[in-house]
Amino acid sequence: MTSAREKLFAEAAKRVLMTDGAWGTQIQGFGLKEEDYAGDLGLSHDQKGNNDILILTRPDVIEKITRSYLDAGSDIISTNTFSSTQISQADYGAEHLVHRLNVESAKLARRTADEYEAKDGRPRFVAGCVGPTNKTLSLSPDVNDPGYREIDFDTLKNVYREQIDALVEGGVDFILIETVFDTLNAKAGIKAVLEAQDALGRDIPIMLSMTLTDLSGRNLSGHTVEAFWYAVRHAKPVTIGLNCSFGAEQLRPHVRVLSDIADTLIMIYPNAGLPNDLGEYDELPAQTAALVREWADHGQVNVLGGCCGSSPAHIAAIAKAVTGLKPREISHPPVLTHLAGLEPMTIAA
Amino acid sequence: MTSSSSANFVNIGERTNVTGSAAFKKLIMAGDYAKAVDVARQQVENGAQIIDVNMDEGLLDAEMAMTTFLKLIAAEPDIARVPVMIDSSKWSVIEAGLKCVSGKPIVNSISMKEGEAQFLEHARKCMAYGAAVVVMAFDEVGQADTKDRKVEICERAYKLLTGIGFPPEDIIFDPNVFAIATGIEEHNNYAVDFIEATREIKARCPHVHISGGLSNLSFSFRGNEPVRRAMHSVFLYYAIPAGMDMAIVNAGQLDIYDQIDPALRDACEDVILNRTPEATETMITIAERFKGTDVIAEKAAEEWRGWEVRRRLEHALVKGIDAYIVEDTEEARQQAARPIEVIEGPLMDGMNVVGDLFGSGKMFLPQVVKSARVMKKAVAHLIPYIEAAKEPGAKAKGRIIMATVKGDVHDIGKNIVGVVLQCNGYEVIDLGVMVPWPKILEAAKEHDADIIGLSGLITPSLDEMVTVAEEMQRIGMTIPLMIGGATTSKVHTALRIDKAYEGPVIHVLDASRAVGVASTLLSDTQAEDFIAKVAAEYQHIRDLREGKEANPLLSLEDARNNAFPADMAHIAPPPAQPGLHVFPSWDLADLRSCIDWTPFFRAWELAGNYPAILTDEVVGETATSLFADAQKMLDQIIAEKWLTATGVVGLWPCRREGDDVIIHLVEQEQHVRIPFLRQQIRKSRDRANMCLADFISHDGDWIGGFAVGIHGIDAHIARFQAGHDDYSDILLKALADRFAEAFAERLHQYVRTTLWAYAPGEQLTNEALIKEEYRGIRPAPGYPACPDHSLKPILFDLLNATPATGITLTDSFAMLPTAAVSGFYFGHQQAEYFGVARIGHDQVEDYAKRRGMPLAEAERWLRPNLD
Repeated sequence: MTSAREKLFAEAAKRVLMTDGAWGTQIQGFGLKEEDYAGDLGLSHDQKGNNDILILTRPDVIEKITRSYLDAGSDIISTNTFSSTQISQADYGAEHLVHRLNVESAKLARRTADEYEAKDGRPRFVAGCVGPTNKTLSLSPDVNDPGYREIDFDTLKNVYREQIDALVEGGVDFILIETVFDTLNAKAGIKAVLEAQDALGRDIPIMLSMTLTDLSGRNLSGHTVEAFWYAVRHAKPVTIGLNCSFGAEQLRPHVRVLSDIADTLIMIYPNAGLPNDLGEYDELPAQTAALVREWADHGQVNVLGGCCGSSPAHIAAIAKAVTGLKPREISHPPVLTHLAGLEPMTIAA
Repeated sequence: MTSSSSANFVNIGERTNVTGSAAFKKLIMAGDYAKAVDVARQQVENGAQIIDVNMDEGLLDAEMAMTTFLKLIAAEPDIARVPVMIDSSKWSVIEAGLKCVSGKPIVNSISMKEGEAQFLEHARKCMAYGAAVVVMAFDEVGQADTKDRKVEICERAYKLLTGIGFPPEDIIFDPNVFAIATGIEEHNNYAVDFIEATREIKARCPHVHISGGLSNLSFSFRGNEPVRRAMHSVFLYYAIPAGMDMAIVNAGQLDIYDQIDPALRDACEDVILNRTPEATETMITIAERFKGTDVIAEKAAEEWRGWEVRRRLEHALVKGIDAYIVEDTEEARQQAARPIEVIEGPLMDGMNVVGDLFGSGKMFLPQVVKSARVMKKAVAHLIPYIEAAKEPGAKAKGRIIMATVKGDVHDIGKNIVGVVLQCNGYEVIDLGVMVPWPKILEAAKEHDADIIGLSGLITPSLDEMVTVAEEMQRIGMTIPLMIGGATTSKVHTALRIDKAYEGPVIHVLDASRAVGVASTLLSDTQAEDFIAKVAAEYQHIRDLREGKEANPLLSLEDARNNAFPADMAHIAPPPAQPGLHVFPSWDLADLRSCIDWTPFFRAWELAGNYPAILTDEVVGETATSLFADAQKMLDQIIAEKWLTATGVVGLWPCRREGDDVIIHLVEQEQHVRIPFLRQQIRKSRDRANMCLADFISHDGDWIGGFAVGIHGIDAHIARFQAGHDDYSDILLKALADRFAEAFAERLHQYVRTTLWAYAPGEQLTNEALIKEEYRGIRPAPGYPACPDHSLKPILFDLLNATPATGITLTDSFAMLPTAAVSGFYFGHQQAEYFGVARIGHDQVEDYAKRRGMPLAEAERWLRPNLD
């Protein structure tokens, strides 16, 4: 049997692939109430807003969204586990459920993806979603003590490890470390995957996706897109890319940089534009599709999708816009020593 | 930051290493991390491309110190931008460090000392954390000393590492630099062993790098810094060509090979290359001579150091020597009743001598700027004392606000004028570049300024200066306005600026006249006469203009009928490589050889052509000294990669349509119109009324565009300014400008021979290049053949120039970085430069239509061609 890694590269050589769109804004659309979230789990905290808990209390909602994206044309579907870690679930007093949240989410995504693949023979993939948590390894939350850290590398790595083991147990193809605002958090995630890989004795392919926090093209920990790539390249990821950030328009120059230097697949899933004054995303599917299509036109992307504010309609519009376009050919930059601080540094051969 | 091709030696800063720096160790032991972080910052500012952090000290909790320090520097973006080298002999310290570093660091070091198993375990962890690694040439038997052992161990390590999938490009071997000239015969060949092993390892282990710690080499000359520096420099001179690509070294403590005392250099070569059995003996004898001296200080320490302090200060100011200025100033301060007296007394006296010498043409601008640097350092030393004594500052002769106007970024000339004025006792408040008029007026009011000085280099700045003058008039100011900068002229000042402002407006031709003008304007007795005289002169210019039957212009139609009849049998062939070509980092060493030096000297107001200027009777000595300083800085710029030259070229199919060129972007299925302007001055005999479009065929042709920029001066400028070093500041800016011009010239050549390749066999010397003895031209928007700066955004869009090169445009279409050039390429056999000069209103209207811009806007951009 071919591995998920090989299968993904084989599909990506044929066409521009689609991942899914936003989960949060889709869930909001269901207008769920506290009792929908809480179910009969008997938790002490209010659960409203704990989107990840729905896999246990309203799995029908999660399944509907999963199906809506697969119907829209997603080749890759992600698990609804952005916050399924000890750190994030602690806010809801649901730490003890972390293992179940991940296993069940992964199983649902797996089952549904397999069903679609069986129907039309087109491969579908499951990406186990790992969010950044709300803790940061690179920055001090205390302005008066720049050396202070709220969490340390090993603690975060162990938190990730628990989530990753559960996602793998539930049957995901890839671990998607996404919305990376702190590069060191991502490195802890990578270390956790590598350790899980050693324990299992098999390849667990990684997907990495950075989020930019300013228009100059840096994330919160200050890394440029190029520096980020060199800092995480050791993960040998199947995809590297950008998500969330701003809209597609603002991501353009950075997509291009990444496309030139990365010797792996490029996956970009931006927000549906920038939020309006009310914090709502009002970029229409056709607008988003036209913007991201440009990258495909220039052969700069392999996988497209959406983040905040995007919907199955956005995914369908993008899928339609890129149908028949040539996928990006993976670049093979010369073998050079690349180091990174916040900025890249290259030593000539 | 990306380095390329030949200049590829990496300096690793060693000052944040407790084993290498006693000062740093003291700070860490005392727990003074704030100052320790400053040490890291200085290193980066001084050009370290990687910083080595080492906390291996017996009395220290090295893990704690390592992680604390790394977390602290992570919070400093100007330090954290460069990669870190985590340096420890203890693996636990290294791993603790790896958990704090967010980029991709280097681990220094791992080795096979404890056997293969542990070596590979450490290597795997480096891979999992994402780090490159230094591998010491050390195995179970011991450290490698001979060439053969070094090669054998490194090759074995290479095979083991690549066997577990370690990326070969992430391996850096340290084949051990050992002490030589120790008196022990077996040590004599150590440097040769290192150099030879380097060559061999590079050949056998593709993609690896070679590093080494230099301080070991000269260990037997501890305390003799001049000798140690010379040894390190000579060693690198031989090791780098053999393949050594990085070293842990204090970049500031290397000598330039050519400037080492020849006797010392020979002795160093003998011991390093192990050329004679007596090498060590000779070295020790010679070393004695240099002990306690410093090569640079040696000459300075001559007799003038014995003079009394007043005279020493004057000497330092006149000669521009800053080595002792702080201690001499301090000595003078202790002798003076009040610190301010040092400024008002000996320092101002010294500067008056400088001013007199400059005024009488016995000193030249570069020397004056050096003197100013010394003065500033002295004043900086005194200010805390003056403030502590709560005394009023020195009374300046006058207070002058200076600014480069909004939209413009050029400031070399303005800075020079500022320095010269300060040298002459004026207080200068420099508002910098791109200063909008409200800020200029506000500063003038706030500081109760005596004069405002405006500068600008690009033509739109002329309009902005008129705006400043109008606004000064509007709020009823009366202080004098001085106008300077390359595009400014007496005529423009008279016709437009002087008319806008009732107060005195004076155009100042160059820096050497600024002092005279300022002092006359502020003099109680001479000001009135002077102002009246200038006003009369400007009125005269206006009268002449009005009365003069301006050379009549042809109508646009007649001018077009007299277009240049280019022979379209000689259009350039289609390019060998059409489309866009991006050059992210052109080799600076290559550009250095293309520099046109004559404009460099002109920037410093030294008249004459290079190289004759170096032996010129009047300015030769100054020019030679300036040239030597420039060469020294160039060495540093290249070796330490201060600057990056980025560029982009585009070659597109096009055709002519009237006076427009229509560029066809094939992939985008788009057509872009570039309207050009035509001369309308009546021509004598059979000369044509030229327009750039005349060089393009109606039936299909090719055109090109380019933009080049030199990035990276800001950090160095900030450092120079922090050190009160205007001289280096101006020098670096002038050199960056030269690099940009050289790059434009070099790239044009590359286009002619390779990309467009219409002149593949072209062989020209640098002199011939400078004289433009080649086919084709590269006119720039904003310059005579194509005077509209506002074409730049179109050109930039075509080239995708901002994303490709990082060059941006200001409101007035000046380019940032300042050292940048952009333009079009015309390849026609008969293409030549010309000036559009004055044009008629009919053409402006026609042009506005073709550009699709309102007439008023077209008039604004073309104003210099309308007067």
